Amino acid sequence: MRYLGLTPERPKLAVFDFTGCEGCQLQLASKEESLVDFLGLVEVVCFREISSACSDDYDVAFIDGAISRQDEVARLAEVRRRAKTLVALGSCACFGGVNKLKNAFDLNEANREVYGYLAQETMPTQAICDVVPVDLAIPGCPVSKDEVERVVQHLIWGVPFRFPAYPVCVECKQRFTTCVFELGELCLGPITCGGCDAPCPAGGLGCWGCRGPAAEPNYEEFFELARARDFSAREIAERLEFFGAFEVRP
Amino acid sequence: MNVDLEVDLHHLPRVEGHGNIRIRIEGGKLREARWEVVETPRYFEVMLKGKHFTTAAHLAARICGICSIGHALASLRATEGAFGVTVPETARKLRLLAKHGETLQSHYLHLFFLVLPDLLGTDSVLPLVETKPQLFDVARRLRGVANRLCEAVAGRAIHPVSLRPGGVARAPNAEQLRAARHDLEQSLEDLDAVVKLFGSLELPAFERETEFVSLEGEDAYPFIGGALISSDGVEKAERDYRAMTNEYAVEGNTSKWCRLSRESFAVGALARFNNNHRLLHDRAREVASELGLEPVCHDPFKNNVAQTVECVHATVDAIAIIDGLATEGMGELSTPVEPRAGVGVGAVEVPRGILYHEYEYDEDGYVVRADCVIPTTQNNANIQHDLVELAQRFAKAGKTDRELELLAAMLVRAYDPCISCSVH
Repeated sequence: MRYLGLTPERPKLAVFDFTGCEGCQLQLASKEESLVDFLGLVEVVCFREISSACSDDYDVAFIDGAISRQDEVARLAEVRRRAKTLVALGSCACFGGVNKLKNAFDLNEANREVYGYLAQETMPTQAICDVVPVDLAIPGCPVSKDEVERVVQHLIWGVPFRFPAYPVCVECKQRFTTCVFELGELCLGPITCGGCDAPCPAGGLGCWGCRGPAAEPNYEEFFELARARDFSAREIAERLEFFGAFEVRP
Repeated sequence: MNVDLEVDLHHLPRVEGHGNIRIRIEGGKLREARWEVVETPRYFEVMLKGKHFTTAAHLAARICGICSIGHALASLRATEGAFGVTVPETARKLRLLAKHGETLQSHYLHLFFLVLPDLLGTDSVLPLVETKPQLFDVARRLRGVANRLCEAVAGRAIHPVSLRPGGVARAPNAEQLRAARHDLEQSLEDLDAVVKLFGSLELPAFERETEFVSLEGEDAYPFIGGALISSDGVEKAERDYRAMTNEYAVEGNTSKWCRLSRESFAVGALARFNNNHRLLHDRAREVASELGLEPVCHDPFKNNVAQTVECVHATVDAIAIIDGLATEGMGELSTPVEPRAGVGVGAVEVPRGILYHEYEYDEDGYVVRADCVIPTTQNNANIQHDLVELAQRFAKAGKTDRELELLAAMLVRAYDPCISCSVH
C-alpha cells in the first residue's frame, strides 16, 4: 500500500492471549468493510486464535487479557523481550478488566466454591502494565476496531497516538443521543475517556467506564450529580469497580 | 502392527482459548490420548456474588468474546425466572433476532476462519485474501451481515448493550430493520456458495455412538428456554439442568467435565440438529439433505455441516421475524422488574450448544449464588472419548505423526470449543 507516494513499513504483528474472553483480538478480524486494507497494513505472523502459523520474529505484540497465573508472567516476559512495541489491547489488558473483581474475594474460598477439592492455581489479577512495561494501551470492552485501525496507522508512520482528553458525554452530544441520566440510568460518561463513539448510551445503557478515566475527571461533581438522582453509593461503587479502571469510590 | 506415533500439540491453534492434545502410540498400541484444557480460571461464579441484578447480565456477557449475547440472554432469563417476570412478545422476538445474529457471527467465524484452512491446506484464512479473493469476500460479507444484525438489535456486535432485565432497552428503527432484511436476503446467495463449498470439501469419516443433549423444540427450532432432551431419551425441565449435566472437576483440567446416560455426551449444532431436525425451516432441511446430513448423525466432524444448515435456518428465520415485526408493529419493549428473593434458571442454545445460568437472589435483587454450565464444559469429556477412539482406529492404518496431529486437531476444532468460556 502506498500513501502520498510513500510505501510504509509493514510491521510484523503478533497477537497473544492471557486471562480474558479473547473478544478484543477477534475484533481485529471484524469491521469487514476495511478488513482487507487493515490486513494490508501489517504482516500477521502470529495469531493463535485464527492461524496455526507462528513466528517468534515480530515487531508489534498485541496483548489480549490480564495476568492471573504464574505461567502467564513468564510467557508475557518472553513476548516483552521479543517485541519492539507492546500494546495492551482492551480493558482486561489495560486495567485487569472484570477479572479483577475476583480480587475482592478470598481466592482459596473461591477455589473451593468453584472446583471443590481440586483447587486450581491462581493469583490476584493484574493489568499487563503491572507486570511488564507497556508502550501503548488501547482500552475498551471490547476495543473499537476503528480506533485500533487508527492506532496501527500511527504506529506505522511513527506518529504518537493521542486518545481523546474529553469524556464520553461529548460523543453522545455528537450523536444526538438523549442523555441516559434523563432516562433514569446511571452513567459514567461524564468521567470516562471518549473515543468509543458512545455505543452504550445510544443503546439505552449508561456508560460502564470500560475505557477508564478521561483527562482531569471531576469526580466530586460526578458523585454530586449521581447522588442528586438517588443512585446509592453501592450502585456507584459497583459501576466504578466493574472494569478495574477507576480507583476512586463515592 | 509396529506403528509408533506421537502428537504433542501445546496450545492448539485455531480454537478459542488454550488446550493441549497429547497422543502416544507405541507398537500399534494406544498408550495415551488426552485432551487437556489449561486455560486460566476466572471464577465468574464467585465474581457474580453480591452484584445487583442490573449488573449480572453485563458481567455474564464477559465470560465469552464470541457468544456474549447468548450469555447475556441466559443470565437475563435466570434473573427474570427468579423474579417471576415474563418479557413482552416484541422483546422476545428482538432477543431471538439478536440470538440469530450471534449464531451467524459465530458459525461463520468457525467455518471460515477456524475450519476452512484445514480443508484447503493453509495455516489460516489470511492467504485467501491473495489466493482466493472471491471466497474471502464471501466470508467477509457474511460476517459483516451477522455483525451488523447484532449491532442493529443488541447495540453492539459483542458485549450487547440493549438487552436488559424485563425486555430490551430499545428497538431497531424501521430503516435499520429494512437494511438488516436486505442484508440477510442478499446473504442467501453467499450462503448458497458456502453450501456448495462445504459440499465439495471432504471431511474425515469417523463415527462414535454419542448421546446428544439440547433444548426440546415444541413448535420452533429451539434457542431460548424450554424443556431439555437427550437422544438417549432423557427429558428434564429447564430448572433441573443439574441432573442433565452432572458437572464434575477432573485432574489436570481447568474445565470441568459432564456426563448423563453414558460416560460423556455432546451439545452443539449437531445435537440440536439431531434432536430437532423436523423443526428447521424447509430451506435449511433441503440444505441438510443436499449435504448428506441426516438425523441421528454420530459423526462429530459433521458438526461443521450442521452449523452450515443452522446458518440457513437462522437467516431465513431472522427474515421472518423482521417481516413479522414490520406487519405487527413494535409492541411493549420492556416490563417492569421488581426484585424478590428466589432462584431462576436460564437455558439458551448458544452457537456451541446449550448454556445454563442459575442465580439465587436476595430480596433486594443482589446475587447470593451463581452457577454457569458452559457448552464446551459439556463437550470436553466427549472430545476426550472421541480422541481415544480416533487415535485407536488411526493406529491401525499406520500413518505419520503429522497426519495424526492434523486429524486430532480437526476433531477438536469440529466441536468449535470455546475454552475461555468453559473455564469461566
